[in-house]
Amino acid sequence: MRKRFAATNARWIGSLAAGLLVASLQGPAQAETTVRWLHIEQNPQILETWTQLARDYEAQHPDVTIDMQFLENEAFKTKLTTLLQSDDRPHIFYSWGGGVLQAQIEAGVLRTVTDLMRGDWEDSLSPAAVNAFTYEGEVYGAPMLVSQVGFWYNKELFAQAGVNAEEIVEWDDLLAAVQALKDAGITPIAAGGADKWPLHFYYTLLAIRLGGAEGFAAAMAGENDGFESDVYIRSGELFQQLTEMEPFQRGYLAAKYQEAAGVFGNGDAAMHLMGNWDYNTAKTNSVSGEGIADDNLGWFDFPQIPDQAGRPTDTLGGINGWIFSAGAPDEAVDFMRFFLSQENQRMMGREGFFIPVAKGASADIQNPFFKAVADNIAASQYHQIFYDQMLGPDVGRVVNDVSQDLASGVITPEEAAEQVQQAYEDATF
Amino acid sequence: MSSVSRSEPTKAGTAGTLLGAARSLSLKDRYARANHNGRMTAIILFLPPALLLFTIFVILPIFEAGLMSFFRWNGYGEATKFANPVGFQNYERLAGNRAFIRALLNTGGIIIVSLAVQLPLALAMALLVAKRFAGAYLFRTIFFLPFILAEVATGLIWRFVYDGEFGLVSAIWGVWGAEAPFVLADRTWAIYAIMIVVVWKYFGWHMMIYIAGIQNIPSDLTDAARMDGATRWQITRYVTIPLLMPAIRVSTFFAILGSLQLFDLVMPLTRGGPSNATQTIVTYLYNFGIERTRIGFGSAVGVVLFVICLGFAVSYGRTLFRKE
Repeated sequence: MRKRFAATNARWIGSLAAGLLVASLQGPAQAETTVRWLHIEQNPQILETWTQLARDYEAQHPDVTIDMQFLENEAFKTKLTTLLQSDDRPHIFYSWGGGVLQAQIEAGVLRTVTDLMRGDWEDSLSPAAVNAFTYEGEVYGAPMLVSQVGFWYNKELFAQAGVNAEEIVEWDDLLAAVQALKDAGITPIAAGGADKWPLHFYYTLLAIRLGGAEGFAAAMAGENDGFESDVYIRSGELFQQLTEMEPFQRGYLAAKYQEAAGVFGNGDAAMHLMGNWDYNTAKTNSVSGEGIADDNLGWFDFPQIPDQAGRPTDTLGGINGWIFSAGAPDEAVDFMRFFLSQENQRMMGREGFFIPVAKGASADIQNPFFKAVADNIAASQYHQIFYDQMLGPDVGRVVNDVSQDLASGVITPEEAAEQVQQAYEDATF
Repeated sequence: MSSVSRSEPTKAGTAGTLLGAARSLSLKDRYARANHNGRMTAIILFLPPALLLFTIFVILPIFEAGLMSFFRWNGYGEATKFANPVGFQNYERLAGNRAFIRALLNTGGIIIVSLAVQLPLALAMALLVAKRFAGAYLFRTIFFLPFILAEVATGLIWRFVYDGEFGLVSAIWGVWGAEAPFVLADRTWAIYAIMIVVVWKYFGWHMMIYIAGIQNIPSDLTDAARMDGATRWQITRYVTIPLLMPAIRVSTFFAILGSLQLFDLVMPLTRGGPSNATQTIVTYLYNFGIERTRIGFGSAVGVVLFVICLGFAVSYGRTLFRKE
């Protein structure tokens, strides 16, 4: 009986080996490389173009398959840490740079692309963009777009309330506009409070206006009480000045960003503090799918606070791009070289998808809003990357949390500042 | 595999003869006694795979979480895993954290609602539909339906129901011409809104346990009571419910344990917000441990939850399950 078992076993192993042999013979014959590309894009028009670009690349490189994978924004951020350490990790994935990127680099889960990007590719990009993905002299990602956060507004609703957007220059002007809109029975501002980060734009933009580049640098260096300094306490106070007026749509604390974009896109709120990308998101999430007509849509920069360190030209936004996981094949980088070629970036800028980082590509931008934002960023001496990305997940999430807590009035500005500082000390001690 | 069990006594026998015949006999005897009706064979056969899986997926992670709760780790890389010991700091932070205390209170509240509202409701429904009458199956199915739905789907559905602008709640409010509140955005009411969903979702399951229990009660007992002149209420109170106690104890156990672990209903509804008003222990663990990538801190939360669950399970087993 034992012998028979051995014989069966041998046959089994034999067939397995034969199978492996066949498999290994087939392997090189096809030389198929699959590039896994994880994106978070939801706009159908953009997706269609991206899919077409992937198919074009496949047509030029028959041995490469581009596998497009999708995760929703919030799910993506949460899942990424685990995903990057799995065998199924994507080769290319989205990044906002900053501390999150730094944590990934330090953990060794990314591959460098310094050599592959050197030359034409790197030269075609703005140095600031490449810099956002550079760490200790090595380049880790291919930047794609820049963005700025500011107020989108609905001209018709402003006119109804007798508010002139050009007169909103200082923080108090904004408060007056909110009051005027409320008096006219119009919801002043849309906000995706449940996602928290849309609210952290207020808190951090106020800090940018109050403290400027020096304020942030000092906080990072732990000077003047770090994130507990007067700058941040005052930011919380001013933010609560606004939220106590109840400027947001009803139930904003339960609304996600996409829902808030829909509220603005439907013309149910007069303003939306958001990045320029909201131009597309508001359309996608509006009932009509069209959003607000261009001639009815306006943009103004976050208001100033007089006699403070922040310069009027300082901007908050992102420099976003694509990074590569450790072990990603060269084909993945090569695909990005194609995908982000000067020509394609120009096209995407022309189509109004986003503001490309390639030098000169912004000249092709047709969208007047994006053109204005591109000029803003070009003129900006201090372009602050979103705090929640800049400070890494452990501190950034706390900034988001306290922003929501400030808005709902459950904590004082002092408590908010203390929580951020404590998280920062925890993360860096 | 069966050869293993057969070779076992032989091996013991051979070893035994070397040591002495008497001992070998007693070993054999002991095995034979233990193997009454093949029980020992069954244990030897079935225990190792289960024990192995249990060890790998339950015991080891518990110990790892316990160990990790004394470290700071951002979830990246094995090398940094145990590189930053922080002593009891994670626990200290936890003890003073307002959101965590809120999470504990909320979890306690959900347990109370489960026991005080959900189980009586389930029992009442079970008493109504346990008998065979036209439509009994229909009602049982309707009451059981919420339990079949996936938790996340349930959460998303109720998110629409609660929407103050377009939801069912706003439509009901609209009948009176009033503007519906956004309950999920309200720090006071959001947790009650979640409790309603919890009751709605799980009472049908407890009802099914009770129906099974009621149908197991021999009809002679209720018939005898009826012949003695007991009213329907008296039969329920003095015959059915006492005989249903084992089922009630089981469902109480599951209701409490389920409340302690509540997570996937809350995430799509409120994600623990607004401003931590609806955190449960597990959503707190997720929001503060996983999302902030503070794995050590999250582990500390996990350890606290584990201790609570274990303490509950042990004390429950010692007291209420003891009678059986």
